[in-house]
Amino acid sequence: MLDVRDVHVHLAERLVLAGVQFQIEAGEFVGLIGPNGAGKTTLLKTILGLVTPDLGQVLVDNRPIRRGNPAIGYVPQKVHLDPDTPLRGRDFVALGLDGVRWGVPLPRRSRRERVERALGSVQALTYADAPVGRLSGGELQRLQIAQALVGEPRLLLVDEPLSNLDIRNAHEVVRLLHELARSRGMAILLVAHDLNPLLSALDKVVYLARGRSMAGRTDEVMTSESLSRLYGYPVEVMRTRGRIVVVGGPDMHLVPPEAADHAGLGEWEATTP
Amino acid sequence: MMYLDAFVHSPFWHSPQVWHALFITTSAGVVSAVVGVFIVLRGQSFAGHILTDVGATGASASFLFSINSWYGFLSFGLLAGAGMEALGKRTRGRDTATGLVLSFFMGLGALFLFLDTRVSNTADVTMSVLFGSVFTADPNTTPWLIGTSAATLLVVAAIYRPLLICSIDAEWAQARGIPVRWVGLLFMLAFVVAAEDSALAMGALLSTAFLMGPAAAGVRIAHRIGAAIGISALLAVMAAWLGVGLAYASYNWPPAGRGYPCSFLIADILFMEYLGAGMAARWRAHIRRLGGKRCT
Amino acid sequence: MHMMGVLDTLHLWLLPSGLLTTLYMWHAYVCGTIVALTATLVGYFVVLRGVAFMAHSLPKIGFAGVAGATVLQVPPLVGLLTFNLLGGLVMSTLSRRGRRDVVTALTLVLALGAGELFLTLGQAYGETAYALLFGQIVGISGPQVGQTLAVGLVTTGLWMILYRPLLFVTVARDQALARGVRERLLDNLFAILVGLVCVMTVPVVGALLGFSLLIGPVATASLVTRRGVHTLLLAGALGLAAIWLALLLAYDSGWPVGFFATTIIVLEYKVVYIGRWVKTRRALAI
Repeated sequence: MLDVRDVHVHLAERLVLAGVQFQIEAGEFVGLIGPNGAGKTTLLKTILGLVTPDLGQVLVDNRPIRRGNPAIGYVPQKVHLDPDTPLRGRDFVALGLDGVRWGVPLPRRSRRERVERALGSVQALTYADAPVGRLSGGELQRLQIAQALVGEPRLLLVDEPLSNLDIRNAHEVVRLLHELARSRGMAILLVAHDLNPLLSALDKVVYLARGRSMAGRTDEVMTSESLSRLYGYPVEVMRTRGRIVVVGGPDMHLVPPEAADHAGLGEWEATTP
Repeated sequence: MMYLDAFVHSPFWHSPQVWHALFITTSAGVVSAVVGVFIVLRGQSFAGHILTDVGATGASASFLFSINSWYGFLSFGLLAGAGMEALGKRTRGRDTATGLVLSFFMGLGALFLFLDTRVSNTADVTMSVLFGSVFTADPNTTPWLIGTSAATLLVVAAIYRPLLICSIDAEWAQARGIPVRWVGLLFMLAFVVAAEDSALAMGALLSTAFLMGPAAAGVRIAHRIGAAIGISALLAVMAAWLGVGLAYASYNWPPAGRGYPCSFLIADILFMEYLGAGMAARWRAHIRRLGGKRCT
Repeated sequence: MHMMGVLDTLHLWLLPSGLLTTLYMWHAYVCGTIVALTATLVGYFVVLRGVAFMAHSLPKIGFAGVAGATVLQVPPLVGLLTFNLLGGLVMSTLSRRGRRDVVTALTLVLALGAGELFLTLGQAYGETAYALLFGQIVGISGPQVGQTLAVGLVTTGLWMILYRPLLFVTVARDQALARGVRERLLDNLFAILVGLVCVMTVPVVGALLGFSLLIGPVATASLVTRRGVHTLLLAGALGLAAIWLALLLAYDSGWPVGFFATTIIVLEYKVVYIGRWVKTRRALAI
């Protein structure tokens, strides 16, 4: 489904990705994990076709990627909307269906039904008619997922969906995405700086550090040997009470979520062409 | 030598209007240039816009009651300043409600100007409020203008250091025990005087040139705040004198022989100074880079 | 019975005053209607994108355009179109490069200064300046109505073409970019859209007051409803009410139309705002 082959990306004379390589099959739920500044956002943008790799290539369905590929759905980090934005939840979701096209949308039944289905699949029907600017972080997150789903993508890229949510909401979102991957046979690549809330759901982990990647099942990747090889210096992976902690890595996965979120946003802005 | 002689003995220096114009533009220019550096630091250019536009409404009203227009500018400017202080941080360009209140005052200004033309039967009030008229300004205004400008400069000098800290990081200033609220209030007062003085000299619509132009140029060239203020004031004075001189000379210029508007000339000179400052800054960075390469 | 009474009074009041029998008032009404409706359409995006400063500045640039056209003795429409469209493009380019505050302000001052110079050179002082800055309804000619209609149709057409991608990139930028929306093209086209509206507003309500027509009704409407279509309909109605009433009052009093238009628009906003506040207070009390 998605085939990332030896991707190298330079941004502003800095090598951000230096040989990233992994594959994702249909229906797989994959976590893209790594410390801040590891190049997670850049990798997402490369897959979306917003950044062109200097070396290597990205294939989707064995074809080179291009910008605006309808087979790829994308859920960006939290959007900031003014409380008075004159838009309902369903209008927001409908933009994911045909927002790219020119012209005023005509009200058609098929269109309405597809939006309705997308809203249903993220259990957002109860607030579909509420103004988007007034929704809570978790509610808006679901609408963003619906906005990506309504185009019926076969690969869904989700950028740091958990950093703005409390633990209960984070678990809900993970469960939801897991179900979607199962029921639709859709591949999901979820970016997170903390692996732990995802542990039970993930099929596979892509661990990114120093611009390089390590991919495989969680128990294969998250070992002291393999991560030490990736980092280039000894780190220790510890398992305590069902949690995995990387000790000795640049940010040990113990960064407060706000700080991590800031760094993520900054990274995004700095790399926008 | 002959040209210098002609210059010194030119009737330019014997006209009281010219001297008034020079005094007005210079004092307005200097005070705006100094206050302007802080405006640029604090990112308040939209606020300057509001102050002068509302001030213009006051000036239009003052003509109705045959009061000196400077009182109109200043009183409405203070009103607008107080309103902005009360609203706090919401006076940003994005804010629709502020924009609406502003347009209400401008509508009111339209009415006053209209009534002015009815009362005085001359439509030139519009031009003088909106675009300024330094050559025909009321001579009684000049001492007041110079006095308030000097007082404002003193206030800015008195609060210079706390103001600087507040402008760079208000939270830090608060933590350091600086009375941020009072400093802000005093600065707003200085801001109002600077904006309205330059509105009187340049007209309400072109006053932004004095408020932003020299300060923006100064900040681009200098790396220290004191130097930025000095350069800014110097550029403002240069623009003021050159502008008044050119406006005086322009009565002999084609096509109409009516003279070019003084505020237009000053605004254009300020813009060119800003462009020149940009070039100077780039040139300086280039030299520095070359120097750096040589060192390594 | 009561209703009939009101209508009768209105009728009696209108007929002798010649409001609907004077040709230029018909022109003003037609132009005002077109302006109010298109300003609502474009104002929707101005409010949504938070670019009030741009909407405030572009008409002033248009003022320089008309003044320049007077000097060169070309039709005002040519001056307006050139200056507004160019000004819009320059502004959208500059704002992308950051530092928009200072550069926009100085560019604006340059344009206003040029307008002042043109007025002086054209020997058109006072009256003309006033009409350009604050609007004038007496002078609207038949051909001008035709021009306004043409520009209005072009604006509406362009708005309809831009609607979907512009909305997408405004409310969900990252998602829209990933889906292939071309942001730079849209930014520029949007600037042209605002420029076109200013081409129409400047002759009717003037360079300084067109801004309120652009953002006022939409801001008021979005206090009440959050649904795109409803906002547009309500804002259109509010804008129309404001401009029609302003024309009526201006005709009756001889006072400038821009004054009445801005006052009514701000009053509408205040009334709705207070109404909403009272309602929420009451809901909280219960």
